[in-house]
This record gives sequence, structure tokens and C-alpha cells, in this order.
Amino acid sequence: MSGQDDRTDAGAAPRLAVRGLAKHFTLHLRGGARREVLRDTAFDVRAGECVALAGASGRGKSTLMKCLFGSYGCDAGSLRFESSAGPVDIASATPQHLLALRRRDIAYVSQFLRAVPRVPALDVVAQRLLDADPAPPSDDLDDDEAHARRMAEARAVAHVLFARLNLPPALWELPPATFSGGEQQRVNIARGFVQPARLLLLDEPTASLDATNRRVVIELIHEAKAQGAAIVGIFHDEEVRDAVADRRVELG
Amino acid sequence: MSELLLRVRGLSHRFASARDERFAVCDAELDLFPGEVVAIVGESGSGKSTLLNCIAGRIAPTRGHVHYRDAGDRWLDVHALTERQQRVLARTEWGFVEQNASDGLRLDVSAGANIGERLMGHGERHYGRLRATAQRWMERVELDTARIDDSPRAFSGGMRQRLQIARNLVTRPRLVLLDEPTSGLDVSVQARLLDLMRTLTTRMHLCALIVTHDLGVARLLAQRTLVMRHGQVVEQGLTDRVLDDPQHPYTQLLVSSVVTP
Repeated sequence: MSGQDDRTDAGAAPRLAVRGLAKHFTLHLRGGARREVLRDTAFDVRAGECVALAGASGRGKSTLMKCLFGSYGCDAGSLRFESSAGPVDIASATPQHLLALRRRDIAYVSQFLRAVPRVPALDVVAQRLLDADPAPPSDDLDDDEAHARRMAEARAVAHVLFARLNLPPALWELPPATFSGGEQQRVNIARGFVQPARLLLLDEPTASLDATNRRVVIELIHEAKAQGAAIVGIFHDEEVRDAVADRRVELG
Repeated sequence: MSELLLRVRGLSHRFASARDERFAVCDAELDLFPGEVVAIVGESGSGKSTLLNCIAGRIAPTRGHVHYRDAGDRWLDVHALTERQQRVLARTEWGFVEQNASDGLRLDVSAGANIGERLMGHGERHYGRLRATAQRWMERVELDTARIDDSPRAFSGGMRQRLQIARNLVTRPRLVLLDEPTSGLDVSVQARLLDLMRTLTTRMHLCALIVTHDLGVARLLAQRTLVMRHGQVVEQGLTDRVLDDPQHPYTQLLVSSVVTP
């Protein structure tokens, strides 16, 4: 049995129910070689619960995260998610639907930050808030002042997170491309946590952080759980995992 | 979720001059929704610009349909419109940003007049308001407003491209088609233009269809991407899925051929 959940309690529908998930890659440039990564993976995550994916390297932990975010397709199975607009199967959702889910309901903190060049770190995070709650387009464009005001409010929220994560204020107005790994990761974490998500995907969120900032991330995760987020994470750092995970799901 | 804005079905085009039976575009299907940026990628000769021109109504396709839902919520068959109706649509609800900015600008009039022209087409005649709007748009695309009376001839490539964008967006189009808008620009100028387009499309809730050979441009700007090869759309979907989990052998080749997609 692979990826089976040991938990069987009844009650309200779980926030996320993964059933029979399969994913393989066909490498056409390698003569069509086939690499099976996930097979018959199943588990549930409840609101307010944090599940840690376990299993040796190469067992598909990151692949599973990308399937949940929709950046990888699924070959079989379902990813039933209770979104703010009702249940949806992430595995078969349209691109438009997935984009809508990503704007509000699903956040993904990966190990690497990908951002438009030239955009200051503060705006990278503030934009996430504006995207989640866009102004009516006509108002927004006609009124440069109103737009600036909304942006300033979102930036103020980003300030608070940057300060908590001990990101040096000198960096806030700079584009993150030149930041160190740990600094970029904190921008990424701020972007992932700034808009309360119903499903939070954390791929090694503390990999390049020092002890102080690891503790800040642990606090943020506890707060997200208290607000009812369902969290799926990959934590190689045992201290972090023990502090935040309610249980483990073994892959492979 | 928002309502469909543009629907392309079975669109094929073969140039009369084509010696063989080869179609430049073959059976393309595409849906566009308000507020989304969609990229068409593929190498030179893959048919992506031809597809864009067929959608724009500039080339009458050999087969297939392009339907557009206008601001009055009526579905229009783009290729059944008269030339006059197409022109009206092109300068009111649509925009087209040319690869070569000088094709999309009038070089013999001032920058301000280039922006004001489409507004005048909308019936705006008040000089002060035209000038104020032109100034506001120059600010939005980060052009020095002191140069409002200069000819675009005196502008650099990147400035001309930003002026072309202002000229197109000033009338608040619902759909903008862009043909390789960043190619031929320096990398730093490209980055600035990409950032600008990203901000404006978000703020205007604009639907944009952008043809590019640069996967990085698709990655940064487009929520969805179509991959074309030999006139066929071989793959389409969320940009990150197309680039990170490519299914078609050609997409895998394309993605693996760039240094950092």
C-alpha cells in the first residue's frame, strides 16, 4: 500500500481528500522513457490540520505538491478540495478555475522565488493581496490615487510580515532577484502567508533560514492552522516538523 | 468565473502562395476570458503570428470561425463583419501592438497626438482633455511628459514600444493582441516593458493575447500558454503546467532548450 492514511474518523468533509492519485512522466527526449512517481496515493487533510509528507528523496513529495497546486497534471485519481465557493476536484479543474483558486484559496511556498524583474519585494507580497481582492477594473484605472491607496494598504500588511521575518528594511524596496537564498525564501514565505489560504502548500519553507527565522515560520504556521488552513508540507527539518505537523503521510 | 470573450473554432489558413498543401495554421481552437493574459509560443514559422492576424481579422482564414462577444454582449462573427465594422472594432474594443513599433505609430505626429488619436476617433474633441489624458498615459507607461510634443522618431525602441502600448490602451480596449512586443529590445528594457504590461493588464482587467518566441515572457506575463508547431496547437494549458509538466515531445524539446525558462 502506498500513501495510505491511517486515520478513519468520520465527521465533516475533509478540506482536502486525495484518492487514487497517479502521476508519471514520459521523457520523450529520452526515447519515451517512463518514470512512475505516484501511484494510488490517498489521504485526507482537515481544516486546521498540518500533514507532513514523508518518504525518501524521489518518492514524489514535491510532485504531489505540484499536483495539488495544479502545476503538474494528474494521470488518475481525484483531489477533492472544499474551496470557498464549494467542492472542486483540483485534478480535473479548468485552467480558469485553478487560477481563481490560486488567487484566494490555495497558496504555495516553494523553495525558489520566481518574480517579475524590477518589482520591489514589498510589491511582490502586496500584489498577492490585491489579486485576491481586486478592485472593480474601471475604478482602478480611472483613479490612480485610489489604486495607490489600495497598494499602500497592502504594502503596510507586507511591512508587518517582513518585520516579523527580520528581513532588513534596506531590502524592502529592492527587487528580490539579487537577494540571498534565505532572504528570497522569506519574501516567498511572506507572499504565501499574507493572504489567509484554505489550503497551504509548504515545500521546505525553512530550508535556508536561521534558527530565529525558523521559529517565526513555526509561529506563522500555528497561526494559519488556528485560522483553519489545511496544510500539506515537506519538512526535512525535524524540529520544524515536530513543532507543526499533526501527522505524517508516507509516500512510496 | 467570467464569461467567454473570444471563441476560435477550427481555424485554418493556407496562404495562396504556398506551393504545397501546407497550412500555416491548422484547426486552431482557443477560448479567451476577460482579465487573462494568454501566450502563443513556438519557433519562427510555427504559424503563431498568422493565427494572431486571423484572430485580428487582418487575414481571412481559409476555414473556421472567430467569434467575439462585444461590449453590448452580442456575439460577432469577426470574419463576417464588413471592413468598416472590423475597423470600428479594431479601434474601439480591440488593440493591436505591433512587433515593430513604427508600424503601430504615426511617426510624423507628436507622441501626444499618437495617444490622442484613438480618443478623437471616439469623439473626444476637447484639446485640454485630450492633452491631459495623453499626459496621464505617458506617466503610466513611464515616458517623460516633457516630451509630449516630440515625434516618436526621436524615441528609443523601448520608448516607442511603450508609446504604442499607451496609444492602444487609452480607449480602454477589452482585448489586446500583441505580436512579439519585446523582441528586439535590450534585456533591461524588456524587463521594464514586461513589468508595465503586467501591471496594466491586471489593473484594466484586460484580456491580452501575446505572441512570443520567448518562454520567459510567457512565464512572467501569461496565465495560460499555447504551444504551436507546424501550424498546429500541440499543447495548451496553465503556463506553469505547460512549462513544468510538458506533455508533447515538441514542448519538452522547447522547454529543455532554454537556459532558464
